[in-house]
Amino acid sequence: MTTFIDPYASSRETTEGTVFSVTGGDWNELVTEIGATKEERIVVNMGPQHPSTHGVLRLVLELEGETVTEVRCGIGYLHTGIEKNIEYRSWTQGVTFVTRMDYLSPLFNETAYCLATEKLLGITNDVPERASAIRVLMMELNRISSHMVALGTGALELGAITPMFFAFRERERVLDIFEMISGLRMNMAYIRPGGVQQDLPEGATQKIRETVKEMRKAFKDNATLLIGNSIWMKRTVGIGYLDLAGCTTLGITGPVLRSTGLPWDLRKTQPYCGYENYDFDVVTTDTCDVYGRFLIRMNELEQSLRIIEQACEKIDKLAGAPVMVADKKIAWPAQLAMGGDGLGNSLDHIREIMGTSMESLIHHFKLVTEGFRVPAGQVYAAVESPRGELGAHIVSDGGTRPYRMHFREPSFNNLQSTSAMCEGSMVADIIGAVASIDPVMGGVDR
Amino acid sequence: MFGAEGTGDTSGYGGLVRTPGATGSSERPYGSYFDDVADDLERAYPAFSDAIERVVVDRGELTLHVKREKLVEVSKILRDSLKFEMCMGVSGVHYPEQNGRELHAVYPLLSITNNRRIRLEVSVPDGDAHIPSVVEVWAGNNWHERETFDMFGIIFDGHPGLTRILMPDDWQGHPQRKDYALGGIPVEYKGATIPAPDERRSYR
Repeated sequence: MTTFIDPYASSRETTEGTVFSVTGGDWNELVTEIGATKEERIVVNMGPQHPSTHGVLRLVLELEGETVTEVRCGIGYLHTGIEKNIEYRSWTQGVTFVTRMDYLSPLFNETAYCLATEKLLGITNDVPERASAIRVLMMELNRISSHMVALGTGALELGAITPMFFAFRERERVLDIFEMISGLRMNMAYIRPGGVQQDLPEGATQKIRETVKEMRKAFKDNATLLIGNSIWMKRTVGIGYLDLAGCTTLGITGPVLRSTGLPWDLRKTQPYCGYENYDFDVVTTDTCDVYGRFLIRMNELEQSLRIIEQACEKIDKLAGAPVMVADKKIAWPAQLAMGGDGLGNSLDHIREIMGTSMESLIHHFKLVTEGFRVPAGQVYAAVESPRGELGAHIVSDGGTRPYRMHFREPSFNNLQSTSAMCEGSMVADIIGAVASIDPVMGGVDR
Repeated sequence: MFGAEGTGDTSGYGGLVRTPGATGSSERPYGSYFDDVADDLERAYPAFSDAIERVVVDRGELTLHVKREKLVEVSKILRDSLKFEMCMGVSGVHYPEQNGRELHAVYPLLSITNNRRIRLEVSVPDGDAHIPSVVEVWAGNNWHERETFDMFGIIFDGHPGLTRILMPDDWQGHPQRKDYALGGIPVEYKGATIPAPDERRSYR
């Protein structure tokens, strides 16, 4: 034993025996020192800054050799207090906050929030069909871009770098469409209570149809690379096992639940935004493992493409129809138009409020600064996000701001299953199991 | 048009207080599948009238207000007999004006078998913020209860490890309570100062 104290690898005596704390430094010395003891229990902090933990997730692992005996998750590193902040903003401003929760599926956050707000307002049935179709279109595009990150980073974390390139290439196409439609690639605050922020630009559906064709071809790249690939199978088959009983008791939804063979998809079982009018299949497998969840995500891409095509058809049929409720007390007063210096209020609208109608000006001012009132009460609205049931519980006191808003985040809930999936497995399999849950820390911590 | 009442102050500077209205009990028939749920629960749980304080049907959603002593009993019946297999977590709400029932815990339940949703609500006084934990009934509520404890200070008795989950362990206070200030600093822009969000005017 050496006599000097290593600042990176100190040891101390506890009631449970000698505890070595390692934070780097000379591993040779440490290995000799540990080799002298009989016990091999090691506690490892994986994360919160670790490339394989999907963001700032901290995993506290207890290991016997290479076997994991205990896993605990440490979360909260990305807590932003969105739920508190939203109590100080108007109902419309709320959208810009919720879109930043789960940053890979912003449109689902917005839809859940808006569906709940509309339910509180009692205007669920007044939302124009065209707006609903646009919501469906945007959500399904978002599902693709989200699954692309899940697949790409999941594969990358298990050591396969090419699938990541292919996945992000396709994600980029989707983000381009988002940019064309809303002006932003992420966090677009596009879906608003009562409809959507603005109508699709000229030729949008045509562009989307072309992109769908390209994507359908390009998805095959990843499919041929990974489906049935023996290395990929060895890292994923039988890994991260969680059966139906485990899923229900832990409240797990989404691809993890569907990998147990239960076709539970809110789009089918409790449709919203008119999903009952679309023709698509709920993808399941019965393997309960990482490979099954991977297959589900791969196959859901094709289902999303089918829905997108049908949504485009609907949107084309409803050309010229409104994309916002008719109620002028809720619909944003400004009409947007593309000016020489980018998107802004349309000149016609400015001419009206500044030149001809003082009432319009007052109305515009009041609605934008004060916002609309929402009758008191509480509601819960849920959508099927790429990760499972995303629920918004909103309480209103009849004022111009939400009284309380809580998001039931699928990432937050599903991350609880890490222990059940990983305990007893090898260290290396934790990565695959966590990746198959696909937690997004922005959503977990909110 | 914008709902001004009383003084007619629409400037927002009046500083009027926010008072969330408490909804009364709903009368039968509740409509939809809610009557079936209530009937089934009454049949499976004889102490129904004692345990359920109020039944509220609002905006197509059923809320059962449960006495906190009976929460676990009712939960077990709902899970086993009425097939509400999943609890989608718990969300706290703080109503400082409701004397003796300041803190509410709201549990959205989901039945996959019957494709139904209901909601349980438990209210407790601020001074005695204890609610029995339902983790033994729905294990998935573990983190949700930790979050509600973290944000509201509601203590879930019987929880296997009730610690803070989102805020740091040594944090003081419970951020989502209404008496906890949002904080923030005024922002200066070109000589003008914009106050922090919680100090701006409140239109109410």
